[in-house]
Amino acid sequence: MSLATELQKNAQLAPTGPGAARPHEDRVPGGGTPGRLRRLTSAVGSTRIGIVEVIAIIVLGLAALAAVWPTLLTSVDPLTGNPTDRLLAPSAEHVFGTDQLGRDVFARTIHGSAQTLSASLAAVLIGVGAGVLIGLLAGFFTGVLDAIFMRTVDVLQAVPGLLLSMAVITALGFGTLNVAVAVGVAAVPSFARLTRAEVIRWRSTEFVRAARADGLSAASVLARHILPQVRGPIGALLALEFGSAVLAVSALSFLGFGAPPPQPEWGLLVSEGRDFLAAAWWMTTFPGLVVAAVVLAANRLSHAVNSEKEFR
Amino acid sequence: MSLRYLASRLAQGLLVLWIAFTFSFFLLYWLPGDPVITMLGAGGELQSFDPAEVARLRAEFNLDQPLPIQYLLALLAVVRLDFGTSIQAGTLVTEAIAAALPPTLALAALALGLALAVGIVIAVAATLTRRPWLRDTLAALPGLGVALPTFWVGLMLLQIFSFRLPFFPAVGTGSPAAIVLPAVTLAIPLSAIIAQVLFRSLQNAWIQPFVTTFHASGYTRLRLLLRQALPVALLPALTMGGVLFGQALAGSVVVENVFSRQGLGRLAQTSVTGQDIPLVQGIVLFAAAVFVFVNLITDLTYPLLDPRLRGARRKLETKASDTLAEAADREDAPAGASPAGSTAESASTETEGARA
Repeated sequence: MSLATELQKNAQLAPTGPGAARPHEDRVPGGGTPGRLRRLTSAVGSTRIGIVEVIAIIVLGLAALAAVWPTLLTSVDPLTGNPTDRLLAPSAEHVFGTDQLGRDVFARTIHGSAQTLSASLAAVLIGVGAGVLIGLLAGFFTGVLDAIFMRTVDVLQAVPGLLLSMAVITALGFGTLNVAVAVGVAAVPSFARLTRAEVIRWRSTEFVRAARADGLSAASVLARHILPQVRGPIGALLALEFGSAVLAVSALSFLGFGAPPPQPEWGLLVSEGRDFLAAAWWMTTFPGLVVAAVVLAANRLSHAVNSEKEFR
Repeated sequence: MSLRYLASRLAQGLLVLWIAFTFSFFLLYWLPGDPVITMLGAGGELQSFDPAEVARLRAEFNLDQPLPIQYLLALLAVVRLDFGTSIQAGTLVTEAIAAALPPTLALAALALGLALAVGIVIAVAATLTRRPWLRDTLAALPGLGVALPTFWVGLMLLQIFSFRLPFFPAVGTGSPAAIVLPAVTLAIPLSAIIAQVLFRSLQNAWIQPFVTTFHASGYTRLRLLLRQALPVALLPALTMGGVLFGQALAGSVVVENVFSRQGLGRLAQTSVTGQDIPLVQGIVLFAAAVFVFVNLITDLTYPLLDPRLRGARRKLETKASDTLAEAADREDAPAGASPAGSTAESASTETEGARA
């Protein structure tokens, strides 16, 4: 996006949002949809959307469906098992096999996605909320505030993410929500850094200075003129960080810091299966594969959004 | 390298460590309520514990003092490298960490070596190959390596190479063969990071003018890549050192759990499980210190390894810098600007060399 486009955009229709995306309309069919949806369709529709991206979207869609409406995908109860069916190998009836209590591993994996995905989503939202706020403030108000915020971010980055999350868990206690907060804290630095870099990039452009000269307060300049520029790169990072959050959440619950055992949760499922590694390979293999598939899909989509940005 | 530069980097590192300490202090000792209750048992009521024991712990951690005094006392102790006593083990935190360190260091060193080799091979092969499908496959491998959950990879390797095919022992730290599977597990995400960074910087190096010149003067692609482009491309990868160490440390938590090994990662896990606050704080600060130290070493050796920066640094040092911030600004500026400018320079000298 060139500076000229931006200036033109602001000169033409500074107060009205929907018109802001006018330059895209010739490229994206169905330009009448609200801004966010159009942005999404332009990210997916206009560029190299290959078979890989389609698969990634399907995987994430299925995972989301499993989280929101698990009974649609399986009618088997994840918590009660039939003791006569213990440790059955995968078959048509039990696609992922059964565990030591005769519970269906497929049903447990499907029902586990709600726990894992909502915790990951919460973590990413915490990370993006705090990170973008810190980045906006640090990038816009240089000086002492910037120094304080960025040294803080340095520290958060100096400690490996998993250890940082574990320290937060020590303070807050165990449980899915605390794991989400812990993973979210570890995700703050990357969002803060990216936002700050983008803000600094846009801060001294003409349209921002013009808005400042017009007498707009710092807050409204940030919200109305700088935040929309930052949104694109943040979107790509969001997908990437969601993948990392799924990994971190399941790793922490594998270590036993997440939901207590009867709950189906992806990391916990793998951890339960490890005692039966030699006897029942399916108990660890399939839940782990599902985690890997979701993370891969999220990373792939992030990559696609990113290359779309560069393409534009 | 001037003393002033060294001092400024040291000061920055110490600042990061000080903030890390302050953070961990407020997070662990102050934020979520009473740390004594936390340490005595998660979620317990104060009444259910022996009041004398509670009072003793309170006094031991200076929790009966006002907060600023608590903080100052803790800071003074940390400056003397006294991180307190582990609640569970009863040993000094520094001793517990020192005892757990050697096996983790061996594991991390082996994994890093392995990851470096695999990462370089993948990046070089992906740059070198002329077959698009092979190139795409190799370039997609790092993405796969980052996405696979470490705990799951470890269990899969155990299952295949320990239970199906009895190549390696499943548990234990005794025999040298026992370290192979953990090291491979830990190396997979590390090699993915190395391959990613290296592939990108090799591609950047590949379009530099000096590469074209060498190519025109009859170098084979392999020789050109290994002798000329790889050293240039390895330099940016070097800055990943701190991140890689951190990843290795964090990965060791999971890997040592999966393979039932003793080490720092295992210690971190048990200390969190037992809510052993002094030990958790000690390990977090240790990790931060390692990161700061590795980055310091990288910063200090980078100009020695990069001939383009050597000249820039010399010019820089002749100007007396007044403040740390100014010095840092000036350090940053030529570092960012020099590759474009001086690559052309070095390319032209190399061109002459090639002609001669």
